[in-house]
Amino acid sequence: MSIEIRDVTKTFGSFTALDDVSVAIRPGSLTALLGPSGGGKSTLLRIIAGLETADSGVVTIDGADATRLPPQKRGVGFVFQHYAAFPHMSVARNVAFGLEIRKRPREEVRARVDELLRLVHLEQFGDRMPSQLSGGQRQRMALARALAVEPSVLLLDEPFGALDAKVRKELRDWLRRLHDEVHVTTVFVTHDQEEALEVADEIVVISQGRVEQTGSPDALYDRPANPFVMSFLGPVTQLGGRLVRPHDIEVLGIEVRDAVAGVVADIQRVGNEARVRVGVGGAPPVAVVLTRAELRALGARVGDTVWLRLAAGAATLPVDDAAVAPSGPTLPAVAGGEGGRALAGASSPRG
Amino acid sequence: MARRGPVVLRAVVIAYLVLLVAWPVSLVFTGAFANGLAPVLDTFRDPLVLNALRLTAIAAGWAVVLNTVFGVGVALLLVRRTFPGRRLLAALVDLPLAVSPVVVGLAIALVYGARSGWLGVPLANVGLDIIYSTPGIVLATTFIALPLVIREIIPVLEEVGTEQEQAARSLGAGPWTTFRRITLPAIRWGLVYGVVLCLARAVGEFGAVKVVSGNLIGRTQTATLTVEELYMNFDREGAFAVAATLASVSIIAIAIVGLLRARTERRTS
Ligand SMILES: Nc1ncnc2c1ncn2[C@@H]1O[C@H](COP(=O)(O)OP(=O)(O)OP(=O)(O)O)[C@@H](O)[C@H]1O
Ligand SMILES: [Mg+2]
Repeated sequence: MSIEIRDVTKTFGSFTALDDVSVAIRPGSLTALLGPSGGGKSTLLRIIAGLETADSGVVTIDGADATRLPPQKRGVGFVFQHYAAFPHMSVARNVAFGLEIRKRPREEVRARVDELLRLVHLEQFGDRMPSQLSGGQRQRMALARALAVEPSVLLLDEPFGALDAKVRKELRDWLRRLHDEVHVTTVFVTHDQEEALEVADEIVVISQGRVEQTGSPDALYDRPANPFVMSFLGPVTQLGGRLVRPHDIEVLGIEVRDAVAGVVADIQRVGNEARVRVGVGGAPPVAVVLTRAELRALGARVGDTVWLRLAAGAATLPVDDAAVAPSGPTLPAVAGGEGGRALAGASSPRG
Repeated sequence: MARRGPVVLRAVVIAYLVLLVAWPVSLVFTGAFANGLAPVLDTFRDPLVLNALRLTAIAAGWAVVLNTVFGVGVALLLVRRTFPGRRLLAALVDLPLAVSPVVVGLAIALVYGARSGWLGVPLANVGLDIIYSTPGIVLATTFIALPLVIREIIPVLEEVGTEQEQAARSLGAGPWTTFRRITLPAIRWGLVYGVVLCLARAVGEFGAVKVVSGNLIGRTQTATLTVEELYMNFDREGAFAVAATLASVSIIAIAIVGLLRARTERRTS
C-alpha cells in the first residue's frame, strides 16, 4: 500500500521536530528513513503509525486520509527498537495478540501463529517467555507479532539498533529476503548509512526535521543533492575546492594534466585498504583510499610527491561548509584540517 | 573473619525487627488468650463488638474499592499525561500521608458537618448525613489511605514505559483492551501491594475516624475505637482480642501476597 506524507509539521513545545515534511512511499517498497540522531526519523514513523499526531499536514495510507485515525484503525504494523514484547505472555501468545483482539477462531489463530513462527525461525520457541529469548530472537518475535495482523504497512524503528554487529547483519539480510517474500510496504528507521544502502530500495535522508533527499541508494550515492547527504552516506574529503569521496581520487606517480601535486604525509593500512593523506600546499590535506595492490603499484612512501586527480564519473559537490552534515561522520576531514586522523575516524562512521 | 560483618548486621536487623514489631504484636495475641478461650469468645458474642467489626469492614472495603479505582486512574493520569497542574496534583496525592489523621478528620468535619459544613448543610437538607455516620467514616478512611495504591503503581508505570501499550494499540487493541491486557498485567504486583497496604491502613485507622464518627457506641464505633474503649474499661482480653483480629487481617493479607508472588515467580522463571 502506498503512503503519502504531505506538509507534515510537528513541534514539541517550542522545538520543531518535523518541518513541513513531504514523502511519498511506493506500494511494496522497502524504504529507509536515514539521518543523524534527533533528526526526526522516529517522530515521522510514529506519525505514520498514529502513535503521534502531526500539528499540521496530511498522512494518507493507500489513498485514504489517515491523519486523524487512531493507531488501531490504520492497518499498520509497528516494530519498536526495544521490541516492546509483552513479558507476561508466551512467545506464541505475543504473536497471537493481534489475532485474538480481532476475535479470530482459535484454530485459525493457532495455524497462523505456527506459520509466522516458522517464517521467523522461532518454531521451537512458541512456549517460551520473551525473557528467555535472545535479543535477536525477541526482535524476530516482535516482527512476527506485527506481521500476524497482515498489516498493509510495516514500520520498524531502528529494528536492529540494539543488537551486536553480527546479528544485526544477519537480521538485515533476513529482512531483505522476508520483504522479497511478503511484499508488504515497509519503512524502517536507521542511522546506519550502510544498513540503508544495503537493504533499502528507497532512502529518505532526514536531518533537523527536514527531508534532505529522497531516492534509490544508487541515486543518492552517485548524485547526492548536497554536501550533507554526501558526507552522511560515507567519508568525504576535499580536492581542488570540491567535495569528493576518498576512493574517487586517483593517485599518480607522474605529472599529468589537471592533476594536483602533493606530498604523501602518512599512510595507514587497514586490512585491504590503504589510507593515504596527501598534503597539498595551502588547502587541508586530501584523504585518499587505495587498495593495497594500488599502493604497491604506485610505490609511494611518506615524503614522496604524487599527483591527484578525480576518477572518471566521480560524484563531486562544491564545498559549502555551512551545509555539510553538522553531526555527520566526516566533518573534520572536510573542515578540520586534520585529514589523516579524521579519515581514520571517518571510514567507519557508525562503528 | 569475612563472615563476621554480615552476621553482626543480620543480628542487629533481626533484633530491631523483633523488639519493634514481632514481639509487641505477638503480645497482643498472647494477651488476648491470657485467661483462656472463654473471654475471647464472649467478646465476639458482644453485638457492639460485632457491629464495630462490621463497620470497619464496610469502611475498609469502600476505601479499598474507591482507592483502587481512582488510584489506578490518577496514577495513569500522572504518569501518562502531561497537563498544567500535574505537579500540584502529584503533591496533593501525598498530602494524606503528611498530614495528621486528626487534622484530616477535622477538615472533613468542616466540609461535611451537618450544621455548618459547606457541603454538609445542603446534603443534610436532602436527608444525607455524612458526619457522625457511615459515609463520613468511609470518607475519612478513604482519604487516609488514598496515596498508597497510587504510590505503589506510579513507579511501575514509569518503569514499564509506553512502548508495550503502543504496540498493543498498533496491533488493533482499543484503549480499554490495552489497559486490561497490557497495562493491568504489568502493574498487577504494584496494584496488589497497594491494595494490601490500603486495606491494612484502612482497617487500622483511628484518629480521623474518631473525629468524624462521634464514636457513638453500637452505631459509629469502628473496631479500632472499640479497642480503645475496651482497654479504657479494663477489659484487656476484649481489647486484645479485637486488636488481634485487626492484626490478623493485615498479617494474612501480607502472607497471601507473599505466597502469590512466590508462585508466579516460580512459574515465569
Ligand atoms: N515526546 C517528545 N517530547 C519532546 N521532544 C521530543 C519528543 N519526541 C521527540 N522529541 C524531540 O524531537 C527530535 C526528533 O526526535 P526523534 O525521536 O524523531 O529523532 P530520531 O531521528 O528518531 O533520532 P534517533 O536516531 O536518536 O532515534 C529530538 O530532538 C527529540 O528530542
Ligand atoms: Mg529514533
